[in-house]
Amino acid sequence: MNGGFSEFFNRNDYFLITPAVLLALFGCGILLIDFLHDTRQKFMNALTALVGLSFVAYQLIRIQNQMDAVQMPELAGLNNSLLVDHFAIFFMLVCVAATFISVLISVRYMEIEHENHGEYYALMLFSLLGMYFMITGMDLVTLFIGLETMALSGYVLAGFLRGDKRSNEGAMKYFLLGAFSSGLLAFGFSLLYGISGSTNLQTIAQALGQRSSGDPLASLALLTTVTGLLFKVAAVPFHQWAPDAYEGAPTSITGFLSTGPKAAAFAFLMRILLVGLAPMRDSGWKPMLIAVAIVTMTVGNLAAVTQNNTKRLFAYSSISHVGYILLGLVAGNETGLKGIAVYILVYAFMNLGAFTVLVALRHGNVIGDEIEDLSGLFFRNPGAAVMMLIFLLSLAGIPPMAGFLGKYFIFLSLIETGHTGLAAFAVLYVAVSLYYYMRMTVMMFMREPVEREPLTLSPGIRIALGLTLAGTVIIGLYPEPIIQLATSAILR
Amino acid sequence: MIPISNYLFLSTALMTIGVLGVLTRRNMVIILMSVELILNAVNINLVAFSHYWGTVHGQTFAIFIIADAAAEVAVGLGLLIALFRNKEVVNADQIELLKW
Repeated sequence: MNGGFSEFFNRNDYFLITPAVLLALFGCGILLIDFLHDTRQKFMNALTALVGLSFVAYQLIRIQNQMDAVQMPELAGLNNSLLVDHFAIFFMLVCVAATFISVLISVRYMEIEHENHGEYYALMLFSLLGMYFMITGMDLVTLFIGLETMALSGYVLAGFLRGDKRSNEGAMKYFLLGAFSSGLLAFGFSLLYGISGSTNLQTIAQALGQRSSGDPLASLALLTTVTGLLFKVAAVPFHQWAPDAYEGAPTSITGFLSTGPKAAAFAFLMRILLVGLAPMRDSGWKPMLIAVAIVTMTVGNLAAVTQNNTKRLFAYSSISHVGYILLGLVAGNETGLKGIAVYILVYAFMNLGAFTVLVALRHGNVIGDEIEDLSGLFFRNPGAAVMMLIFLLSLAGIPPMAGFLGKYFIFLSLIETGHTGLAAFAVLYVAVSLYYYMRMTVMMFMREPVEREPLTLSPGIRIALGLTLAGTVIIGLYPEPIIQLATSAILR
Repeated sequence: MIPISNYLFLSTALMTIGVLGVLTRRNMVIILMSVELILNAVNINLVAFSHYWGTVHGQTFAIFIIADAAAEVAVGLGLLIALFRNKEVVNADQIELLKW
């Protein structure tokens, strides 16, 4: 992989950005060929997106093989502004899988909404392109532009149902708070640059290490950066956008936003906190994270109990999951980081699985996002109801399902590092979460259906259900390979 | 030579005005303008620090931020127009379909 095109861009650089290049090409390709399809052929756009995503996954695995071949733990490129390691490959593969499943569940849904345009799939690919740079970036500029590429695509996707007031409103709130938090984050980044004179995360860490702990400039940089980051992962008290954006967005996009961009945001947060701000861990961001994690679990779980809209309920449940994941970062040891990787992977499968069932409920005039719409699902489609039950049990963290695995490692890491109080507190909230997940189950199995006719599933939804179910059940029953993968993906 | 602290005071003041604007104003266009103010505070910081350290990274970052701000305004106004077509409001407290 030596030699190259110029001093600033060699073959190695090109090799490392191929996933992003592929995404950009396929995204633009979809925009172009969209004109060639008439309205009944729009599913071809989804097919193109799926082919593109498969190529990206293949390319990521090639980069991984190259890494093993030269026996390097990481490959740096573009003048050290890009760093691809096992951590990056792992999180990017999770994002690709989440996008793949979201594309599968979108086709029928967008047809029913009469908004089946090519831009929809192109924006999903562009969003994924942003995630690639968020996950692999080692430079503040790369990280920030990656974040904005992802976020700007996300705002448009959330508001994609142009005729629907709720979609407009959710997207607008998502946009205003998202832009605000990006501003805060950029302010923190500018101060980090001021402290170190460099935009490279490792150089910043060295410069921060030489500062005294009460330095006002460093404190302000820490405060604004961490606030911006917590906004992006929707942790309380910076979560207000999430329920509105999730409820307003098309259901397929709600599934996408709560898994892909969330995984990328966590990789982004971990990269900045564990590499760039590593010297400020014990006196700086760790106490903040403890407080935020406790409040996040409390608000997320308690607010979810009172919801009657399933999308909103899942928004609060996703906020509470953010609380658990942050606890892994509070522990910060190897088990904790492994737990975060497992948790995010498993969460992507089980949450998208649940959203697939919600998407399947959309037909005719029924939007399918009220909790009553689930009533009697077992009598209308027993398979879908049983699968939904499995996803809900997994989300609650009941043992044979995969969801248990993530929580297990997080709690284990808390006990290993002596945070037993926090662990007990977190376990308590699992019981609360069981209540609202079971409320949906009661609806599905014990209520008479409002509509009598059986629920049919489109091919895309069948495949998506198969994939997510396999992920949730197989990882739960046979976790060994995933645990090994997550262990290799620990950020060092 | 103007000391770096002057620039920092200016940018922090701009940043504070921007944050207060986002938190207190009701008109969504003005909220958007306040966000732009925050991004401009960032740019002042970046260019001042770039001069201070004698490296170009800050100025490059500032150019990227300007481009990003432009993209953000385009998306934001697009969303606002879509909202306005369905419901003729520009005030943030009048969009209230979604709440818990």
